[in-house]
Amino acid sequence: MSNYIVEMLNIRKEFPGIVANNNVNLQLKKGEIHALLGENGAGKSTLMNVLFGLYQPEKGEIRVKGEVVKISDPNIANRLGIGMVHQHFMLVDTFTVAQNIILGSEPKKKGVLVDLKQAEKEITELSERYGLRVDPKAKIRDISVGMQQRAEILKTLYRGAEVIILDEPTAVLTPQEIKELIGIMKSLINEGISIILITHKLKEIMEVCDRCTVIRKGEGIGTVNVSETNVDELASLMVGRDIAFTTEKTPAQPKDTVLSIKNLQVKDFRQALMVKDLNLNIQAGEIVGIAGIDGNGQSELIEAITGLRKVESGEIFLHNKSITHISTRKVTEAGVAHIPQDRHKFGLVLDYPIGENMVLQTYYQKPFSNFKVLSFKNIYQHASRLIEDYDVRTPSTRTKARALSGGNQQKAIIAREVDRSPDLLIAAQPTRGLDVGAIENIHKRLIKERDKGRAILLVSFELDEIINVSDRIAVMFDGQIVAEVKPEETNEQELGLLMAGSSKEKAGEL
Amino acid sequence: MFSNRTFNLIVPIFSVLLGFLVGAIVMLAFGYSPIEGYRALWNGAFGNSYYLGETIRQSIPLMLTGLAIAFAFRSGLFNIGAEGQVFVGWLAAVWLGIVVDLPTIIHLPLALLVAGLAGALWALIPGLLKATRGVHEVVVTIMMNYIALHLSNHIIRAYLLESGSRTSRISETASLRTEGLTTLFGGSQVHWGFIIAFISAITMWFLLERTTYGYELRAVGYNKHAAHYAGINVKRNIIMAMMISGLFAGLAGAMEGLGTFGSMHTHASFSNLGFDGIAVALLGANTAIGSVISAFLFGALKVGSLSMPPISGVPSELVEIIIAVIIFFVASSYMIRWIVLRFKKEEK
Repeated sequence: MSNYIVEMLNIRKEFPGIVANNNVNLQLKKGEIHALLGENGAGKSTLMNVLFGLYQPEKGEIRVKGEVVKISDPNIANRLGIGMVHQHFMLVDTFTVAQNIILGSEPKKKGVLVDLKQAEKEITELSERYGLRVDPKAKIRDISVGMQQRAEILKTLYRGAEVIILDEPTAVLTPQEIKELIGIMKSLINEGISIILITHKLKEIMEVCDRCTVIRKGEGIGTVNVSETNVDELASLMVGRDIAFTTEKTPAQPKDTVLSIKNLQVKDFRQALMVKDLNLNIQAGEIVGIAGIDGNGQSELIEAITGLRKVESGEIFLHNKSITHISTRKVTEAGVAHIPQDRHKFGLVLDYPIGENMVLQTYYQKPFSNFKVLSFKNIYQHASRLIEDYDVRTPSTRTKARALSGGNQQKAIIAREVDRSPDLLIAAQPTRGLDVGAIENIHKRLIKERDKGRAILLVSFELDEIINVSDRIAVMFDGQIVAEVKPEETNEQELGLLMAGSSKEKAGEL
Repeated sequence: MFSNRTFNLIVPIFSVLLGFLVGAIVMLAFGYSPIEGYRALWNGAFGNSYYLGETIRQSIPLMLTGLAIAFAFRSGLFNIGAEGQVFVGWLAAVWLGIVVDLPTIIHLPLALLVAGLAGALWALIPGLLKATRGVHEVVVTIMMNYIALHLSNHIIRAYLLESGSRTSRISETASLRTEGLTTLFGGSQVHWGFIIAFISAITMWFLLERTTYGYELRAVGYNKHAAHYAGINVKRNIIMAMMISGLFAGLAGAMEGLGTFGSMHTHASFSNLGFDGIAVALLGANTAIGSVISAFLFGALKVGSLSMPPISGVPSELVEIIIAVIIFFVASSYMIRWIVLRFKKEEK
């Protein structure tokens, strides 16, 4: 009997024109949490899709419990006891938890009818055994993201999984939910389940994992025992160079007030009041971070400032001039730049060349057009300069934005927004989904812009980022700023509680 | 690997060749000679100046409806309503051609302008509904087609009927046909409308590819969220795209009214010019130059097919099969991409 429950040996996977995995080895011991670490595009998901039967490797072999197997589709993976929880959940919104879990392997009674009672009983047993509290009769659309994730984990267990692959499971969770997930992972391994955790968050690896396999640009770098390593070593293994985690910065020197929001009220598309009587000031030369759990009015706040959403009441001033009820174009012209949260949906026209994306807000101005006729010469000259200055890696300025990596797409957006020399820069989740190298670069850029005297509004769900980059933290809960703290006087624990609606006094006692 | 540009050229050419290949197989299967059949088709389309004239005449409205569909498509809209816009444009052109008395230099441009405006206004309704109420343009334009068909029939019967099912002829000052051109092309019905079609194609290309209007329209077409974020007025662009598309389709109607027929007759069913325009735009990869070329091909096929039964015995419906196969392969360009890549791989 082999020591390992799953072994992937010398895996090589090619796609037309690129080698996604080469010489990768991953050996999973029974009952361990094994991290799979790598930058975006390093080939983590490809490797796991090979294990889950979605891709066939060109070279190498997979062994399960010591026996060589060929996993040609996910059903075979399931039968071998391998389950996967994808980053984007595969759940039917209008079904209950139980209905989702049994989907595709329903218990039958009298041959044709679905035995939902039996299923609910089995699910309740499973959830008690593994400590995954969830109501089997609740509909997916009514429960939180954390609960949905539990349903996904239960789905794999219901199918008899002994090995569970979790693809970036913490990306969508709040700090409290992450803590609960860590508890769940620990009780799973106590029950003999083995876990592969795909992540690029180093702190999580240090906290829960036993061993860690690193891949860089598709190549297997090696496996380390987590107890014998540290965050810095893991980071340099992943990126191939040393990384600074806390961005160096001097204390802020705030000057005049740039943005001033007074008693702002904003409704969302369902006509629910999402921003309630909000007040906020940002001065030139400071970064104000908004901490908060997704869905507490941050998006509506940004959309109201940038003219994308109607303001119900209240006022927004830029340099003491009201920008409350004017169009997005006028807001942009007044000196506001906006790095949007969803770069694919809002930030870029993916089918435009990167050069044309660089003038998305300024194409109608000189020198990019003259009497309504575009000057491609000037547009592409401008783009070449931005690409040079902001180190956007692209084959050419004529390459479609779609073809760039996430990090370079984000760099392109930041280049475009920052280069307009805005008075106010709004950065929403500027490093979402990016790896540590790119994050470092973007944080440095934000601080550099601050030092040039810009006012910066940073919205992020990553507490690390908020604490690291901000000069002032405003906590947003239920549409209001409920607390304002200094980054050097707070910690993640306190912020997490404030974000969940606890009062400052209560949170401070901890 | 092919660049996208080369590929956009390979797919239509490949599809057309496959269309002819399948047509040949069908002829063989039914005991006809493909060589005879295609010779008759060729001669019927380009055999002498008369046939060439007819081919051009048939291509002109197809070019314009092709441009109409392509323009809307590039702006992210699917204008199924070109058919209805052709009807209102046709009717408006003929009406102005009949009731007004002006010198050619004013009469003809005015009739064209009114036809284009009629098409644009007909397209304004679905554009407005899409922009302000989010009603899908496909549903509205399909309904508008029926309204246009029956409304124009009614107006012809009630107000403009001269004999049988036809309006009276437009006055010479509004006609696109001239004695010289007719003689040059052996008495065919060809008219000066091809100049209108070329100007329209160049206008579309310039507007879409070279101006800030086109930059906005294409941005809205690709990603309206990003366009909105960038401060582009998405609603205004949707309305404008529909209207310009309708303008081209309305002009296509004017080509029939002021050129080919010189009048308008009541229709029992659709003219199919608008629907064929979808095929033209598809084969032309939604570009201006592509639409002009593919409209010419379709015009040649349609006119040439008329000579097939008397000369080679092949039924003219064969051309419908060829067109269907071409469209099938263009639409499944993914498959062609796959085949081409496969061949490339094996070469290595």
